[in-house]
Amino acid sequence: MDRRNFLKASAAGGGLLAAGAGTPAHARGNREVPPEALGLLYDSTLCVGCKACVAACKQANGMPPEFSTEEHLWDTPLDISGRTLNVIKVYRSGSARNKDREQDGYAFIKKSCMHCVDPSCISACPVSAMQKDPRTGVVSYDKDACIGCRYCVAACPFGVPRFTFESATPQISKCQLCRHRWKDGGYAACAEVCPTGATLYGRLTDLKQEAARRLAAKPGAPMVYPRGRLGGPDQSYPGVSAAYVQHLYGEKEFGGTQMVMLAGVPFEKLGYPGLPPVSDASSSETLQHTLYGGLVMPVAFLGLLSWVARRNVKSADDEEDPHHG
Amino acid sequence: MTDTFLREALDAADTVSDRLGIGRREFLRLCAATAATLGLPAGAEAAIAKAVEKAKRPPVIWLHFQECTGCSESLLRAEHPTLEKLILDVISLDYHETLMAAAGHQAEAARKASMQANKGKYILVVEGAIPVRDGGIYCKVGGRKAIDLVRECAADAAAVIAIGSCASWGGMPSTDPNPTGSSSVGEVLGKAVVTIPGCPPNPYNFLATAVHFLTFGKLPEVDALGRPKFAYGRLVHENCERRAHFDAGRFAMEFGDTGHRQGYCLYKLGCKGPETYANCPTIGFGDVGEGNWPVGCGHPCIGCTEKGVAFTKPIHQVAVMKNVVPPLSFPRIVEDQGKTSFASAAALAAIAGAAAGAAAMLARNLGKSEAGRQDAQPPKGE
Repeated sequence: MDRRNFLKASAAGGGLLAAGAGTPAHARGNREVPPEALGLLYDSTLCVGCKACVAACKQANGMPPEFSTEEHLWDTPLDISGRTLNVIKVYRSGSARNKDREQDGYAFIKKSCMHCVDPSCISACPVSAMQKDPRTGVVSYDKDACIGCRYCVAACPFGVPRFTFESATPQISKCQLCRHRWKDGGYAACAEVCPTGATLYGRLTDLKQEAARRLAAKPGAPMVYPRGRLGGPDQSYPGVSAAYVQHLYGEKEFGGTQMVMLAGVPFEKLGYPGLPPVSDASSSETLQHTLYGGLVMPVAFLGLLSWVARRNVKSADDEEDPHHG
Repeated sequence: MTDTFLREALDAADTVSDRLGIGRREFLRLCAATAATLGLPAGAEAAIAKAVEKAKRPPVIWLHFQECTGCSESLLRAEHPTLEKLILDVISLDYHETLMAAAGHQAEAARKASMQANKGKYILVVEGAIPVRDGGIYCKVGGRKAIDLVRECAADAAAVIAIGSCASWGGMPSTDPNPTGSSSVGEVLGKAVVTIPGCPPNPYNFLATAVHFLTFGKLPEVDALGRPKFAYGRLVHENCERRAHFDAGRFAMEFGDTGHRQGYCLYKLGCKGPETYANCPTIGFGDVGEGNWPVGCGHPCIGCTEKGVAFTKPIHQVAVMKNVVPPLSFPRIVEDQGKTSFASAAALAAIAGAAAGAAAMLARNLGKSEAGRQDAQPPKGE
């Protein structure tokens, strides 16, 4: 078969495929919340900034301390990293005198994996290193499957997966909701130690109910706050309802997350941007699956390329070597 | 300067040692300990020694109203100086219902006589809350209502000190529903007084305040609630010996559990240390060394010095954190990390430039070599 005929055949075949190809892929939409989804409820108004959760997280996950001060005395991570899965940050404004006030106030905020309902890291992972448990919805990481491409690092809208660059055998670090502690009856260490119940562990449905109860209460009204694990041993204590921003972060953002948050300061100020209700994973996968559905677009594109190439090849052949071809 | 002070102090000690019946060294130790409690600079013990040495002891009138005498009991257990030294030699305790020998009309007469003789010079100490409901009929001493007594005695006093939570802010008697209308000394007198809250207060907080008045002729610096700053300037939580456990997230969950036996933080058991201003963790109680205070013994602080905390909030209710501003050691929402220096930017630009140049040269040479090969090789047929 000579070159010209091959190209002709290719173009024809491409056209045929394009004409007779199957239907394009449907938009897939956000994934559904797993039936027994577990998660965390973080309430910024309850957080007292003791960092007990940061210390407990390090201990539970066997992470080394991280230093940001000149003298290496205390674990002082500035952000989550390869060696820190959970960190408490502070928002300050003006004189920073009033807790949970946007003006002249301050507020604490937790930074750790949000355990998205439809995670970008899993969508971006070219292998099966990132997995979402079909039952609990915990987004886990398998270092044996990981190829170190760090697509998950780039894909996450919250900047959660971190790479241990400093290690000779690097891997991704991220919160996995202490799933390794479940078999011993433990749960998320951050929630287990939290003295005020600012970080609460439990089933997502229960957590959302709890959040709705808090949002519905009048500021200053008496309120009972559970601690530790919702549905676990009662550790609740009486307190006073705070003035919340009427927004449960993670309820809709990005197709929903399994860590949901309440605060007295708008979330944009706390480093949690407004995100569309459609997850990146669903839109990018819809796009990709449409383009590559039934290999229609690739073949059509190949046909186009072939046509362009053939045109160029033909004119060159004709001019330089008319008796060939 | 210190030498002069020291000489003065030694002279004073000699004078006093006869009167107090204590050794020179012991007396100076008392003065130094008082100066330390007050947080006074070195040399202040000399001034204290001189003041205490004065022949004329300041008269004190001590009134008891709605209280349990726990404050007086607490004071009885002070060791430096012991109470008998204090009331017989350092001050002149002219009226104190628990401690005075006199009784009945004789005692009331002694009070009146002292007030007459020391008009404008005596110290009035009030222990206990004052009932004001129904005209204040719920507490009477010698047929006179507490509210009248306190007003009468305060009128000509040089200074008024409210000892204990009851006198300072109402304390236990004022707990809701407060049937007798218990009120603090400040509320009854309608003016700010120095308060030494606590249930009971540490005796040295009172002694140091009294000695400060003796030494400098004025009461120590106080906060908005009239509490001396040297004693009530810091939260219990700030100096607590269990603070490290709080920071590390190690909490006792119930009495007698592993954490409790290991001396973990009592915050989850309702410790009110984070909302209570007092110096309990730093000076302890009972002169038996450190660790002898409620939290040291394994019980959460109940916030006895704070109005609206003790006798109001349930003992095991979680405390409010009264941190004024967040400490500096928290990462900000956005932390600047790895700033680009001029040198690194220049180096990067140089590398980029070199790469661009190399690519251009490569492309040119590629074209040349391709052209050369085409020239050299004869056209291929099929």
